[in-house]
Amino acid sequence: MIHTGHESIVVRRSAALLIPIMQLFGLYVLFFGQYGPGGGFVGGVMLGASLIAGILIFGPDGQPAAAAKKLLKTDGLGLLIFVGVGGLCLIGGGAFLNYSHMQLPGLDGPTRRYVGIILTQIGVAADIAVAAVSIVFSLYAASSDEVSNG
Amino acid sequence: MTYSFELPLLVLLILTAGGAIVVKDLISAVIILGSYSFFLAIVWAWLGAVDVAFVEAVVGAGLATVFFLLTLFGAAPKDTLIRRTPPPIAAVIALPVLGLLLLYAADDLPAFGDLQAPASVHVSPYYLQNSLSDTQTPNVVTAVLMDYRALDTMMETAVIFTAGIACWLILRRRAS
Repeated sequence: MIHTGHESIVVRRSAALLIPIMQLFGLYVLFFGQYGPGGGFVGGVMLGASLIAGILIFGPDGQPAAAAKKLLKTDGLGLLIFVGVGGLCLIGGGAFLNYSHMQLPGLDGPTRRYVGIILTQIGVAADIAVAAVSIVFSLYAASSDEVSNG
Repeated sequence: MTYSFELPLLVLLILTAGGAIVVKDLISAVIILGSYSFFLAIVWAWLGAVDVAFVEAVVGAGLATVFFLLTLFGAAPKDTLIRRTPPPIAAVIALPVLGLLLLYAADDLPAFGDLQAPASVHVSPYYLQNSLSDTQTPNVVTAVLMDYRALDTMMETAVIFTAGIACWLILRRRAS
């Protein structure tokens, strides 16, 4: 049932229109987190949900699923960005994750912390999006196990 | 009428929470649980916790429902029906007593929006006054989450990374 994707042309065409808008809105939420509700967690879930919608509608062998599978190889990149920002602060002579010690020339302390918040938000979003997609792929793998075992 | 909005929401929350337990079909239970998360998101937004409401709506009502449904679609149809045994007598007696105790204890909680509550006299005044000049971030929630409490958030990210890497291991074992 879920291994072929959806047959209806209405669903497929509207998904092709909606998924880019979902991704754009996810990015907007991710970067708007500094000014209002949103941020890395919600933005990451939205980006992941847009990929999941592509997998569900076009099937696990479709083109969106192939792109998402390639994305799975970047698992851990988000955490690496987060810890890397913390490490840059250590190199700059401050405490771990004290963004005002990141050595960014031409920026004062508060602006460095602003940049640090953006970078860590991106890290959180990348981590969550990839984790959500990999959970969906492993659910597919588990259910195809059931089918092949009878 | 002061509770014209809260009271229907409370009734809907209790109805959906009870419905998710009572219903016989697991797929219906998942859908009802999703609507429960949605009503809970409205409650958070009503109380002013817009960031929490956003996360609850996206994760609780959206992503968790999709994960549950995918799991159920992978199972055989007979496995998604539940035969319920009646609850043990001890639980029938103990749970209402526990609920009454909690209601009794809820009377001692600080009132909503109380400025002298322990939560609003410790560190939150500092965050509210200084987060904009410290971090140039107008949203205090983001400033606390990603800057003042960045180590907590990093550990949460590590937890999610662990979940992702565990799924990756399952996929790897199947591929070989």
